[in-house]
Amino acid sequence: MADFLGSRFDQIAFASWQHLSLVVQCLLLATAIAIAVAAVVYRSRPLSSVANTVTAIGLTIPAFALVGLLVAPFGFGVPPALAVVTFFAILPILRNAIVGLTGINQSVVESARGLGMSRSSIFLRVELPLAWPVILGGIRVSAQMVMGIAAIAAYVLGPGLGGFIFSGLSRLGGANSLESVLTGVIGVVVLALLLDLLLVGLGRLTTPRGIRV
Amino acid sequence: MSESAVSRPSTGTISGKSIVLDNVTKQYPGQSSPAVDGVTLEIPAGKIVMLVGPSGCGKTTTLKMINRLIEPTKGRIVLGDEDVTSIGGDELRRRIGYVIQAGGLFPHMTVAANIAIVPKMLGWDKGRIAARVDELLELVSLDPAQYRDRFPKELSGGQQQRVGVARALAADPPVLLMDEPFGAVDPITRQRLQDELLSIQEEVQKTIVIVTHDFDEAVKLGDWIVVFTEGARIVQYDTPERILAEPANAFVENFIGSGAGLKQLTLRRVGEVTLADAVTVHAGEAAASAIEKMERADHNHVVVLDDRERPVQWLSRRQLARLDTLTDVPEDKLPVVGQGATLNDALDTMLVSSAGAALVTGRRDVFLGVITVETVMDAITAARASAAASIGGPVGTNSDAIPTVAPDAPTSAGSSMSQAHDD
Ligand SMILES: Nc1ncnc2c1ncn2[C@@H]1O[C@H](COP(=O)(O)OP(=O)(O)OP(=O)(O)O)[C@@H](O)[C@H]1O
Ligand SMILES: [Mg+2]
Repeated sequence: MADFLGSRFDQIAFASWQHLSLVVQCLLLATAIAIAVAAVVYRSRPLSSVANTVTAIGLTIPAFALVGLLVAPFGFGVPPALAVVTFFAILPILRNAIVGLTGINQSVVESARGLGMSRSSIFLRVELPLAWPVILGGIRVSAQMVMGIAAIAAYVLGPGLGGFIFSGLSRLGGANSLESVLTGVIGVVVLALLLDLLLVGLGRLTTPRGIRV
Repeated sequence: MSESAVSRPSTGTISGKSIVLDNVTKQYPGQSSPAVDGVTLEIPAGKIVMLVGPSGCGKTTTLKMINRLIEPTKGRIVLGDEDVTSIGGDELRRRIGYVIQAGGLFPHMTVAANIAIVPKMLGWDKGRIAARVDELLELVSLDPAQYRDRFPKELSGGQQQRVGVARALAADPPVLLMDEPFGAVDPITRQRLQDELLSIQEEVQKTIVIVTHDFDEAVKLGDWIVVFTEGARIVQYDTPERILAEPANAFVENFIGSGAGLKQLTLRRVGEVTLADAVTVHAGEAAASAIEKMERADHNHVVVLDDRERPVQWLSRRQLARLDTLTDVPEDKLPVVGQGATLNDALDTMLVSSAGAALVTGRRDVFLGVITVETVMDAITAARASAAASIGGPVGTNSDAIPTVAPDAPTSAGSSMSQAHDD
């Protein structure tokens, strides 16, 4: 194992970096999309429940199948990987964003309106900051989940640690095959822990003292 | 407008603007009858007007139509001399302070940031905002240095409510709307906040409209009280004095609850009634000379004052007879009330002391005279008479005039104020 790691250190480091970078970029994109969608639906009960149903169903789609299907429109490589990872990343964030935004004490929103704040500034300056801890919870769940999903990207020749897993599995029993799989799996787990730690730190920095628990 | 009954000292200059609701109706979708039915209500500048009535009668809806948090279905709203029915709602609300139960503070912002919301929207510069925040915290009796940087969850309910009031006053709006502002605090805090609101109002002289469930609160705070019934129909719009003395009908009587007479006592201060005089002597005098003074005045008691004219003892003929010289040792449980106390407080003191009277002191506790149960009774009678005699006031009607305020109803000799101004 040590030999395997030693001889391929650069390759592993590069793949890890690519993996993390893919996940982080997808998370950023997913957060923006999820908040935008939540902003559209959260004031309407029917729209919110439609969005919730869609997220619930979306989570049941096998990632493997989706990534395969997306080869047709996107081709191989980064684009289908990006699309699949972002799609799955959106789901938990959207769910939490809707929960967070609809759970805000209505008297706070009413007094914001009473002060003459516009709809958009109420959303940006009152509702979003108040829902932020819940949204961030969604981002953490999402990060854990898509770290694994991103490994599937290798199936469409995408970047990341998935390559080690796939190549190891395809020649299981062969030389270094197990080491290769383990490297991919452990790499993903370590990255997930690392990212979670970063997100906890981000939460500390971005949650106002007044609403910390 | 007769202001005799509205005896609140006014020190500042009126910065409030009048509000007129002109035939305003709110019909919620899918309801058979309107929540607010053709209300015409004139709210005088610089006064506190209380909206009272049973639950669901449309108080909140009426209040929120003033700042158009709820859009009226029909009718006009005039602020000062400007028709604000169709100007932008957000712009209108920046000019009207709004306070809800428990303050409605933003939990993720500090006290200072909460108060600074409207000034920021209006584009004030930083220095001006910071100065204004401190000034307002002082106004609501919170030490700026101590409270400025706290978050709402680090404040008590009463303190949150105060910050809510400060925030509403931040840009010095002419009008303040409050929906059951003191509903969520304990009775003692509520009383303190009410007193504070009155003293703030003395200073700022805004036009304040307050919704309340609590009739006693309405009597205490209001220059005028609107009593509503279902559909925001105005049953009576009058001064607290007159509503207590002359309820328009049985509905209002019921709403006042028992003890209207006692409630009137909370409206008058000891300093406003004529006190009975008393024989006063000073500590150090001989008892014999005190008795002589007492007999000359045909009284049965003397009040002993110390060297700073403060009452220390209240002696009967029998007690005097046992004494040689008068001392300035303060008597236990001497029934004393300040001239700022309400007649209700005075009556309490009398009942506790079982003397049927109490000594009244003024500034620096200097003795002023004696208040007796008879004085209090006379004051009630006089209040009733003057309330009955005063007519006129702001307009308050509904479009389809209803029998409850029929001008010829026996109780409404002077209460049909709507008629006085209807032209
Ligand atoms: N948003 C709304 N949609 C539909 N009906 C409403 C709405 N708000 C209030 N109502 C109805 O309008 C009527 C008046 O309500 P409003 O809130 O003005 O009463 P209120 O006098 O403030 O009562 P309370 O003392 O209980 O606060 C009630 O019958 C209520 O059910
Ligand atoms: Mg209400």
